[in-house]
Amino acid sequence: MQKTSNVAELQAICRRVRRDIVEMITAAKSGHPGGSLSAVEIMVTLLFDVARHDPSNPKWAGRDHVILSKGHAAPVLYSVMAEAGYPDTPKHELNTLRKLGSMYQGHPDVRFIPSLEASTGSLGQGLSVGLGMALAARLDGRPSRTFVILGDGESQEGQIWEAAMFGSYHKVDNIVAIVDYNKIQLDGFVKDIMDLEPLAAKWRAFGWHTLELDGHDIAALQAAFAEAAATRGRPTAIVAHTVKGKGVSFMENNPKYHGIAPTDKELELALQEIG
Amino acid sequence: MPTKTKYELRLGAATREAFGKTLVEAGRENKDIVVCDADLSKSTYTNLFAKEFPDRFFECGIAEANMVAIGAGLASAGKIPFVSSFSCFAMNKGFEQLRVTVAYPHTNVKVVGTHSGISIGEDGPSQMSIEDLALACALPGFTVLSPADEVATTAIVKAAAKHHGPVFIRTGRAKVPVVHASDEQFTFGKAIELVEGTDVTLIAHGLMVAEAIRAAETLEAEGISARVLDMFTVKPVDRDAIRRAAAETRAIVVAEEHLVDSGLGVRVAQAVAELQPCVMEFVGVENTYAESATPDQLLRKYGLVADKVAEAARRAVSRRR
Repeated sequence: MQKTSNVAELQAICRRVRRDIVEMITAAKSGHPGGSLSAVEIMVTLLFDVARHDPSNPKWAGRDHVILSKGHAAPVLYSVMAEAGYPDTPKHELNTLRKLGSMYQGHPDVRFIPSLEASTGSLGQGLSVGLGMALAARLDGRPSRTFVILGDGESQEGQIWEAAMFGSYHKVDNIVAIVDYNKIQLDGFVKDIMDLEPLAAKWRAFGWHTLELDGHDIAALQAAFAEAAATRGRPTAIVAHTVKGKGVSFMENNPKYHGIAPTDKELELALQEIG
Repeated sequence: MPTKTKYELRLGAATREAFGKTLVEAGRENKDIVVCDADLSKSTYTNLFAKEFPDRFFECGIAEANMVAIGAGLASAGKIPFVSSFSCFAMNKGFEQLRVTVAYPHTNVKVVGTHSGISIGEDGPSQMSIEDLALACALPGFTVLSPADEVATTAIVKAAAKHHGPVFIRTGRAKVPVVHASDEQFTFGKAIELVEGTDVTLIAHGLMVAEAIRAAETLEAEGISARVLDMFTVKPVDRDAIRRAAAETRAIVVAEEHLVDSGLGVRVAQAVAELQPCVMEFVGVENTYAESATPDQLLRKYGLVADKVAEAARRAVSRRR
């Protein structure tokens, strides 16, 4: 794979990934477009620029670990891994998402894609798993870093805050939690379901070096990941303000598209808008 | 009595203590062994490991869900984590994490529950684990073990460290009699015949193995020849030993310190139904929670004693066609 720090090149990848996401979910006739589209810049910046990994050697011991804890956004992960060229995530099979026999399971499943770092889907658990990986790297003296992408709704799970306490208490400075803060969950707006505010203050209070940014601003993400890498003695949390359904006007900020597939006609419109 | 070993049933260590001591030995042999505990290391005896290997011991605080999933992450990165707490907390509070981060991706996590059953005594039902085997057996791919004594625990903990895949080991708080010869060999999935017998088979695990041996002695005096099997592997059960017991003795009693309708008994019954139907009786905790008292008082009140096993054996023998 060709890694790049060039923002325009990363944006071009993001467009391809957005097209994949809406096409896959339309073909599957079910899935979660909104929370997949909101995480595109985060995932692309990680896998094409920041994270050290090698699709031709997925289990390389020195690699960084990227865990999509909000597993329902699987399409963004599958598309980015396919784009990166992992052997067990072929691009030409993306449209088999959620179908019998497909490696593209409804939620990420290591039994079907061994290159994945973790099976996720039951919310709240990825940060803990990531902490275990980060502790192992520290014990072994490996340079591996761990990145965990959390949902905002997911942050209502108590286990997230158990993990947050653990991370700072044990000074796990080789882990970064990124909250895809798109403000919408299944039943509606996060503020109306179980408000998380003040979210950044919560992470600070739990002892994490905390940054807030626009989660669609690739340059801001790059700067934040660099700051996280330079931060010693405590973990970093990035509260990434995003737009649910980003890139498709009729999906943006619309709770309806948390968990339903576009129609064929909507797909056409979406692809036109993404470009 | 035709036994393989002489049963003086001397009181040995609690299985939790044998676990903690063995963990240190295993840790010396394999530097990949790490330990997670949730503020109970003095009770689970993982404090012995923490003292010798402070860098490889992770105090998780009272947060079992997080602890289990951290174990999964450690295992994914090549470590052999032993995750320990009271059995009721590890299994009940960590169950969803055991399901999604351990069983489903088949991570190499060893869960060790201490203070299982009602024999913890005075602390009462909130701390008692009488459903842990039901939960552990509901996790596909798990090997589920319930050692009877210090000898079994030592062997099982060492074997678990070498076994690839998720394991649950159930240990207890109270000191228990030693039932195994010090050189006994333990193979996962293979029951150990402790007493030979032809009229009825008593199958047990954990502290009920000693009670089954005592029951066999009582029965022998009455002219009933009882076989005793230590079914220390609750999952997968030893189907071959069960088939032979059913065919050769035509009556089986399962005795366990667990809810009677969801532990080893139902698993043995399933094998019996499939392989060789025979008369069965079950001794365990009936559909209830226990209470605070001394361990001996509780085991007596809830029927987890040799007398009750012998009674069940007599019923089974009399029902046998």
